[in-house]
Amino acid sequence: MMQKMYDWVDERLNITPMWRDLADHEVPEHVNPAHHFSAFVYCFGGLTFFITVIQILSGMFLSMYYVPDIMNAYESVKYLQTEVAFGVIVRGMHHWGASLVIVMMFLHTLRVFFTGSYKKPRELNWVVGMLIFFVMLGLGFTGYLLPWDQTAYFATVVGVQIAESVPIIGPYLKYLLTGGDIFGALTLARFFAIHVFFLPAALLGLLAAHFIMIRVQGVSGPL
Amino acid sequence: MSKKEISRRTFLNYALMGTGGFLAAGMITPMVRMAIDPILKPKASGSEVAVGSVDDFGPEPKKVDFKINVVDGWHKAESTNVAWVRKLEDGSILALSPICKHLGCTVNFNDPSGKPNEYFCPCHEGRYAINGEVILNTPPTASLDMYKVTVKEGKVFLGEKEKNPRGGVKG
Repeated sequence: MMQKMYDWVDERLNITPMWRDLADHEVPEHVNPAHHFSAFVYCFGGLTFFITVIQILSGMFLSMYYVPDIMNAYESVKYLQTEVAFGVIVRGMHHWGASLVIVMMFLHTLRVFFTGSYKKPRELNWVVGMLIFFVMLGLGFTGYLLPWDQTAYFATVVGVQIAESVPIIGPYLKYLLTGGDIFGALTLARFFAIHVFFLPAALLGLLAAHFIMIRVQGVSGPL
Repeated sequence: MSKKEISRRTFLNYALMGTGGFLAAGMITPMVRMAIDPILKPKASGSEVAVGSVDDFGPEPKKVDFKINVVDGWHKAESTNVAWVRKLEDGSILALSPICKHLGCTVNFNDPSGKPNEYFCPCHEGRYAINGEVILNTPPTASLDMYKVTVKEGKVFLGEKEKNPRGGVKG
């Protein structure tokens, strides 16, 4: 049945070359853990992406219950955690995944650094990778405020003061982040918008560039 | 049973699809279960609210407002419900919900635009007789819902909404 449905679509749209092109690519021996177990270090990039997918999916589902408003944010998170079946698990996935994605990304960066994979002709991909790193840190920073509990609130107060200490643009940066004179309703709304719309959009664009470049240039050679 | 050979390619395909499916299911199951939780949650049974004593009501429908506690996720509020209450010929109490069974507008008894001794819906001119029976050939397809009525020590208590067993009448 599945085969018949696939053939029906394929006959009309010729989709086989599309996924063949995506799936058929060379995996050199030196990056295949089946040949040299130490090649597992080449898995960290893929693991970072895998956790990113979990973050996007769990975040989408969390937004079914979360409300970015100072009166309701904490209450909605509490409701999600205590009243909704599996709510605590889905929020747990998002919470722990946020830390894990940073860890995986750091290990991936170390691998790229120590195998010298950033060298010519792959300098641009290193730069895009660094931008992804900063976008991820931004996602972690803005997401941390959203539960609107004591930890979240004061961690963000400190974080924004660190941003304020930047020479010259610091005070403007602070105002841009808080959206007003105090850390309050405007700050939460802003952080929510940045966390679920602006940074994920930037992240998806950068990831696409990252992956297209690695496919165009291929995996770097063995040490 | 005859032995069926499977090729290396088929075996690897199944193994990969199985592993991938297992990983995806482990990821998706908690999220979907969380999303469909409102459907699976048992419905909280509503409390009964006193709206007056039996002697307050006569054969003429009387409009009563009563407060109910609404639990809306993490938000708890008080909401006002309306019932049209009348005493039937056998002395029992009938409490009708004024929500039209066509598309949910609010009906009114003895509405100036409607006919006397009828409930009238201003949205599409749906009409109901005095006990909520839908007048045939008007838009609604069912009679007005009624509240579950309990009489305790001469007091009338209204509970959950239930279906009106009365059928349509010609009008």
